[in-house]
Amino acid sequence: MEGLSAEVVVFFFLAGVAVVGACGVAFATHIVYSALSLMLSFLGVAGLYVMLDADFVAGVQLLVYVGGVVVLTLFAVMLTQGIRDVKVSNRSAGRGFGLLTVVAVFALLWRSFQAAQWHRPVEYLAAESSTAAVGNALLGRYVLPFEVASLVLLAVLVGAVVLTRKETAESE
Amino acid sequence: MESAIGLNHFLAVGLILFCLGLFCVLTRRNAIGVLMGVELILNGANVNYVAFSKYSAAAVDGQVFSVFVIMLAAAEAAIGLALVLAIYRSFRAIDVSVMRTLRG
Repeated sequence: MEGLSAEVVVFFFLAGVAVVGACGVAFATHIVYSALSLMLSFLGVAGLYVMLDADFVAGVQLLVYVGGVVVLTLFAVMLTQGIRDVKVSNRSAGRGFGLLTVVAVFALLWRSFQAAQWHRPVEYLAAESSTAAVGNALLGRYVLPFEVASLVLLAVLVGAVVLTRKETAESE
Repeated sequence: MESAIGLNHFLAVGLILFCLGLFCVLTRRNAIGVLMGVELILNGANVNYVAFSKYSAAAVDGQVFSVFVIMLAAAEAAIGLALVLAIYRSFRAIDVSVMRTLRG
């Protein structure tokens, strides 16, 4: 193999986007910057899914996270704080303790997955779209969790409406 | 055909995302910031699922699981942010250190 292959370059680019975005979420001083970095991180992760031949998951990631969760988060920021005082309330507490815990967890997990003996895959499957296989699995083997998921989403829908509605005075 | 990028590379990315999310959850005082940290943690877990699904013989099970995780993360975001709005209405703040009504 000559030097850097395209795969390596693309991987490190996407991983870099994801990690830089995550760093922005963790360290940005402005909550709106945090939300936008979150979007960057989600985009990087969606690219990694494409590299892993998971087209459907990448599409869902784009639709649900980038299109939904980030927008929802931004709306929550706008609704709960005036644009002006957003900065004040993104303070962090206990950075030293947090850093210590995170470094410990990182070291533990890093060591454990470096030491683990993964089964070598029998053969690398050729890159092909996995959307059909995911669809068959969702409506075949995983049909019960799939239906329960729709129930959960219905409950979430109703719950979110109930939680956020305005309390109106009882009128007899 | 051995590729230069292996399972461990993807696991490392997932681990870094998880750790940054954990840091966010531990240190943020803004409730929305904490929720963003949770989203990062779930994303790190999802990267692992999809990577295992590719580098193992278990077909697409990992991808199906990651779809379910994404669904639950969206539900969690919706309910979490609705709670934040409700809290904001009663406390006029979303700083998690302000909510100490239940403190003994």
